[in-house]
Amino acid sequence: MTTKVTSTPVPPTRRRGTEAARARQAFWLLLPTLIAIALVAGYPLYRTIFFALFEADLTTPDQRTFLGLGNFWFTTEEGVALGFLQDPKWWEAVKNTMLFTVVSVFLETVFGMIIALVVNSAFKGRAFLRTAMLVPWAIPTVVSAQMWAYMYNDSFGLVGRGLLGGQALLANTDTAIWALIAVDVWKTTSFMALLILAGLQSLPGDMYEAADMDGASKWTQFWRLTLPLLRPALLVALVFRSLDALRVFDIMYVMLGANNAAATSMTGYARQAMIDNSMLGMGSAVAVAIFLIIMVIVVVYVTAFRVKFD
Amino acid sequence: MNLQKTNPTLYYLQRGLFYLLVLVISVYLLLPFFWAVLTSFRRSGDLFLSPMEFVMAPSTVSNYVQVFANPSFQRGLLFSVIVAVAAVIISLILGSFAAYALGRFRFKGKSMVLYIILAVSVFPQIAVLGGLFTLVRATGLYNNPIALIFSYLIFTIPFTVWVLTSFVRDIPGELEEAALVDGASPLQTLFKVLFPVMMPALVTTGLLAFINAWNEYLFALTFTSSNRTVPVVIANYSGASQYDQPWGQIMAASIVVTVPLIILVLVFQRNIVSGLTAGAVKG
Amino acid sequence: MKKAIAILGLTTALAGASQAGAVTVTLACGTVGQELQLCKEGAARWAKKTGNTVKIFESPNLTNDRLGLYQQQLAAKSSDIDVYQLDVIWPGLLSQHFVDLKGKIPASEVNTHFKGIVAANTVGGKLVSMPWFTDAGLLYYRTDLLKKYGYNAPPKTWAEMATMARKIQSGEQKTNKGFAGFVFQGKNYEGLTCNALEWVSSFGGGTIVDDSGKVTINNAKAALALDTAAGWIRDISPRGVTTYGEEEARGIFQSGNAAFMRNWPYAWALGQSDDSKVKGKIGVAPLPAGVGGKPAATLGGWNLGVSQYSKNQAAAIDLVRYLTGPAEQKIRAIEGAYNPTITTLYQDKAILAKNPFFGSLYSVFTNAVARPSGPTKSKYNQVSQAFSTAVSSVLNGNTKGQAAVAKLNTDLARIKGRGW
Repeated sequence: MTTKVTSTPVPPTRRRGTEAARARQAFWLLLPTLIAIALVAGYPLYRTIFFALFEADLTTPDQRTFLGLGNFWFTTEEGVALGFLQDPKWWEAVKNTMLFTVVSVFLETVFGMIIALVVNSAFKGRAFLRTAMLVPWAIPTVVSAQMWAYMYNDSFGLVGRGLLGGQALLANTDTAIWALIAVDVWKTTSFMALLILAGLQSLPGDMYEAADMDGASKWTQFWRLTLPLLRPALLVALVFRSLDALRVFDIMYVMLGANNAAATSMTGYARQAMIDNSMLGMGSAVAVAIFLIIMVIVVVYVTAFRVKFD
Repeated sequence: MNLQKTNPTLYYLQRGLFYLLVLVISVYLLLPFFWAVLTSFRRSGDLFLSPMEFVMAPSTVSNYVQVFANPSFQRGLLFSVIVAVAAVIISLILGSFAAYALGRFRFKGKSMVLYIILAVSVFPQIAVLGGLFTLVRATGLYNNPIALIFSYLIFTIPFTVWVLTSFVRDIPGELEEAALVDGASPLQTLFKVLFPVMMPALVTTGLLAFINAWNEYLFALTFTSSNRTVPVVIANYSGASQYDQPWGQIMAASIVVTVPLIILVLVFQRNIVSGLTAGAVKG
Repeated sequence: MKKAIAILGLTTALAGASQAGAVTVTLACGTVGQELQLCKEGAARWAKKTGNTVKIFESPNLTNDRLGLYQQQLAAKSSDIDVYQLDVIWPGLLSQHFVDLKGKIPASEVNTHFKGIVAANTVGGKLVSMPWFTDAGLLYYRTDLLKKYGYNAPPKTWAEMATMARKIQSGEQKTNKGFAGFVFQGKNYEGLTCNALEWVSSFGGGTIVDDSGKVTINNAKAALALDTAAGWIRDISPRGVTTYGEEEARGIFQSGNAAFMRNWPYAWALGQSDDSKVKGKIGVAPLPAGVGGKPAATLGGWNLGVSQYSKNQAAAIDLVRYLTGPAEQKIRAIEGAYNPTITTLYQDKAILAKNPFFGSLYSVFTNAVARPSGPTKSKYNQVSQAFSTAVSSVLNGNTKGQAAVAKLNTDLARIKGRGW
């Protein structure tokens, strides 16, 4: 996005003075926001990093012992591994979260694309579908988790009993993760479809007319014209969705309970350590790890795809 | 579209398949919600019926009556509204100041500020949970809606700043030129000239931020105990006996908190699409 | 499931506010339904007697959620709640936040309760909370179905139970597809820890961690117990049993869809209520024994403690004394089948008339096996999570008992770290 420089007709001598004045005004306008961000994000993040190096109890954070990186990796003389990086449950949570992210973002993109293309073509009932698209997106995550938990219920759920004949998908973390992916895909496909649709509607129509003239099939047009043109929009949507999926917590917590959520979601694992088990130090260390993972992924995305946000 | 004349069979087959696809998509999008609505109107004893019988079973509004009579649900609604509205208003005020500066002013470090705001918007909430919790406790705000309003700013502020900035940039410059020449201060310009133009943008951004705050779960679960917001109430809903999960009531409560959102979204659907795309998609 | 939270002011007939010295005490107790009802009524009786006001703070009803919530409250040093209802496994974890009731409540009064439960409430010589009601795992069975299939007594061993359940299930499924032989709490949460401790202990496999703090779970008997339980799934228990808590199991049993159920005493009163399909057809027995072991029941139950941060400690202690006293325990036993913790109440005729099994199962309640919350102190929660997760993976067929207890041994060593 380019900033428009509007040249104001002011004499050059006054220009510099106004520049400085404008910068000062901008500073004051930005100050409240920057203070708020420092308070809700900066300082707590610093505290989390600080506590990650200590052993501290949530109830008494002031009585702490310095561990250095002991929360991350430590083996006692008896050969007992204490760091969370040595805990298989943590790696299970990482594996499940990654699986969740990759599969659900991929499916959302594919389904979102299909729905967007359908809504973008002219047919009777288009307005209805356009509206229906917004429904899953408007439903709170916790509510959709409860709705699906009920549908998966093995004694009276539409899916659990009706489709699968009394199977309990949520019983086992291995099958549960796929059940959770289905919930997430249902909820966010429409968001993807919205973004893709907006991209589609900004594409120039005359190119397609020209392609029709050349006798290119719809299929060819999609691969040769639509996708390349949509690429920037798609990439940004992908980045935001992946980051959202990596942070996932509420679906797991509501549908599986705290204990299994800790084995399926990185955030769930961190919260269980920090809040349920009162280990502020250990939980903070895990939170720092999650923060680093997400930041690394952002940097990789931005550099690999040259995503322009600006 | 001359296929209709050259090969009518193929044409109708294509149209048929296309409409089948439309039907599948509609069912996929709406069936879970429809099923929840249906369940909310069924007696708990009928939940064990097979799907066909379940659709045919008699309806009742008793679930809704019980949900609205449930004090924790009443309080949940109240606190949800308080927290979401307050967080949105604060973010809109701060955000529009910042957006005005970022969209209209040129100064050193502007891209730096933009990057910081972007970085915060991809923050994993868990990274600040422990720090915020100790902060909330130290200030004695535990179980106080202020703690939630404050902590929700972490995702509402970056979002509003980001979206409003792109709106401000698109406002033609001539409008405020006149005001500036008249010697109006930036704040006067912002309030008198830009706000009226930005109204639709403010409504859209506010609505999207409201939805995010309304749906937030992790902070609400951690920083409150009795003054819960609706998502936590619904996730913890239980009925008349210990450990009971009265699905009918849970679904009724879910519908109650969802329907206002759906109505809002449908009313403002055009704005929402533009807001989402302004915030995220810039080719 | 879990429970929404609310504070309900209980206005009493004698509006306490007008009286001098009247205070408002907030009590976090029961969750829903009958438990909440009895708690409210008891609190109202005390309020009427003393002229104070009681507010009820409703808690979530999954034990884990409740603990998390209380920990948050206590960590925040919040004075919102004066009296907490504590699970028998929590005193070691939360003792620092509670008032020492020793000396505040006369020793003669404390000594009327079961010794074992008082001991469980005492941490380092500090009486953290007073016993309110006790709980132990029981085997519920359908007397009519046992008779119908030619059995005249409940099973003595798990193997017998499985044989009976199989026979009844295959017979009943001819007319009722959804019928199950045996239901229990198989969801991965504290309830599974209770169930699995009963299996392991009844096979002679110990109690996960012994009193000295040594991890004992890695033994062949424990592995055999877990494998035996895993064998029930899809045989006599539905696949979904690994998502059941107490209430899901009770729902199935009470709607007449199960022959046997493992549950707490609370299910008795509900099963005998008027809207129950199995009213008058329920029997209760001690849980079966394993191979070469003797029956075991996990000790559950709840106690009342007074928060350090309470602004009305004297009134709060008085409320605790009243609610845990014999009169209130008797009312709760008769109306809700809550097991008293006062020994003499087990000879009370009115209570026995309502709950005949209190007398016959007296030894089950006195010999109940405590979970290792004492020796593992503040890390009990993690120990229990690791244990129930390991059991869950065996039940789901992901691992075998032998491998699971070996892995659990490593996990527990990790959790123990530099000591409990």
